[in-house]
Amino acid sequence: MTPALETMRLQKRFGGLTATDDVSFRLEKGARHALIGPNGAGKTTFINLLTGVLPPTAGRILLEGVDVTRLRPELRVRRGLARTFQINQLFPAVTPLETLGLAVSERMGGGRDWWRVVGSRREIVDEIVEVARRFRLLDVLDERTANLAYGKQRLLEIAVAFACRPRVLLLDEPAAGVPEAERHELLDTVAALPRDVSVLLIEHDMDLVFSFADRISVLVNGALFTEGTVQEVSSDPRVRAVYLGESVNG
Amino acid sequence: MGKGDPMASHTVDTIAAALHRKGRWNVGEILFWVAAVASLFLLPERHLILNEIAIIGLFAVSLDLILGYAGIVSLGHAAFFGMGAYVAGLIAKHVVGDPLVGLLAAAAAAALLGFLTSFLVLRGADLTRLMVTLGIALVLGEIANQASWLTGGADGLQGVSMTPILGLFEFDIFGTTAYAYSLAVLFILFVMARRLVVSPFGLSLRAIRDNGLRARAIGVPVHRRLIAIYTVAAAYAGIAGALLAQTTQFVSLDVLAFHRSADVLLVLVIGGVGYLYGGLVGAVVFKILQDILSGLTPQYWQFWIGLVLVILVLAGRERLTDRVRGLWVRSAIRRRGGADAVPTAPVREA
Repeated sequence: MTPALETMRLQKRFGGLTATDDVSFRLEKGARHALIGPNGAGKTTFINLLTGVLPPTAGRILLEGVDVTRLRPELRVRRGLARTFQINQLFPAVTPLETLGLAVSERMGGGRDWWRVVGSRREIVDEIVEVARRFRLLDVLDERTANLAYGKQRLLEIAVAFACRPRVLLLDEPAAGVPEAERHELLDTVAALPRDVSVLLIEHDMDLVFSFADRISVLVNGALFTEGTVQEVSSDPRVRAVYLGESVNG
Repeated sequence: MGKGDPMASHTVDTIAAALHRKGRWNVGEILFWVAAVASLFLLPERHLILNEIAIIGLFAVSLDLILGYAGIVSLGHAAFFGMGAYVAGLIAKHVVGDPLVGLLAAAAAAALLGFLTSFLVLRGADLTRLMVTLGIALVLGEIANQASWLTGGADGLQGVSMTPILGLFEFDIFGTTAYAYSLAVLFILFVMARRLVVSPFGLSLRAIRDNGLRARAIGVPVHRRLIAIYTVAAAYAGIAGALLAQTTQFVSLDVLAFHRSADVLLVLVIGGVGYLYGGLVGAVVFKILQDILSGLTPQYWQFWIGLVLVILVLAGRERLTDRVRGLWVRSAIRRRGGADAVPTAPVREA
């Protein structure tokens, strides 16, 4: 079966530094796959290569079998690749309603519409409501994004990506910084993502990784160190040495 | 919740209403335009200055579209104003005196210039944009100066004469027709801009301004959108320039001068950025201030304008207007009893 997302010998060098080193990676359709690694392992660079923010030095990226290595970021989004950010990248001055309205309008091809107010098409409103309900944002839709509780902002962060109706969703530390009281709401919505969306989770929090993922890849110094099921990786002594040793130290 | 669930359709309706609210005209806006039309009848001896205000207001709306909504700073917006003015003047002089034809030609020429220069302007960050826009306006000013066979150079373009608007309304020396004409054009273009800024397209511009990274990550073609709005804003500025050329029946190098670009920026700072009425209110205040100050101290009025600017920026006009707007919104909610708002009681999943 064609994987949802695949990289072939992907490489990125910044001068003398190899941030992504010959990574050949497969994300299967419908997967719940986690990418872990110590700080500085190159996780963020890898995401930026996948989404097209950075051009790779060498290698190829296939999205559902189609080569997207040279495709501009927004066109990858249209082909079904969306991401969230480790640090919230939202539009603080507008409401979640407008943010979702924008994402849905862009996807439904209304982004060039300059004559009608956002949401004058019924199917756009229906879609906004559905996404907002899924991410439990209905009660804060009309507030300024900047005024939302942090947990709600994190939910919106994922909701905006989800509103692009991706087939591949990259979640970059979705629970980072969320206070304990708001955490379960966030984890519930992540767990409830539909199975037809393939998810790659980049995460530090091992509890979340173990509860969410069915496969784990470990990135060290820009290269794929190992990959396997949760059991395989968690019982691998080398991973403990590299990963857990590092997190104990700091 | 199922499709037929009344609760679900209620939610959809309130959310649709909340979205539509952005496009609705409020009382303040309607009063503003009523006052503008009333001034046509009540202030007959002021039509010349009112005409100038309408033109500067349109020019400021144009700058606000790129600066306030898309976040593109420009120190050379006069390039498009001047382009429109010269094209309208030349058409009237050599081709046809019909104002509407001139207006369309000026809009097209300025839009073309905007489209072509957008590729240069959108390349860099803020400082680059300031310099590139400034540079383009300076180059255009010098071309107009040197091509005196076409533009009249430093003497200005003489012999611009207009036929009556739609063959009916002759321009008069009191500026009455001129003001009515400029106001009508301003109103039409304003309504279009107002629709634009609350549309998905307008929302995508604000998204680009606030967070280009995220805008791209939800599939917004950032570059294309910026090119589009820069072109539209250029056309608006060109029309403003054309209105000046047609209503004064004269074009001088002044239309391309640096102070035009600076003044319009000042107008936006006074009135408020990212809020279409800011340009209009700013134009009224700026022109009245200029009128009063130049009457009081003909030689030093720029000193006072400068002082006002410094005070405005230091005192934080944003904070002042936010406070006023906050009061307005709060009282509006009280009047409505919040009936229009999205339900504040949480809507729970069944």
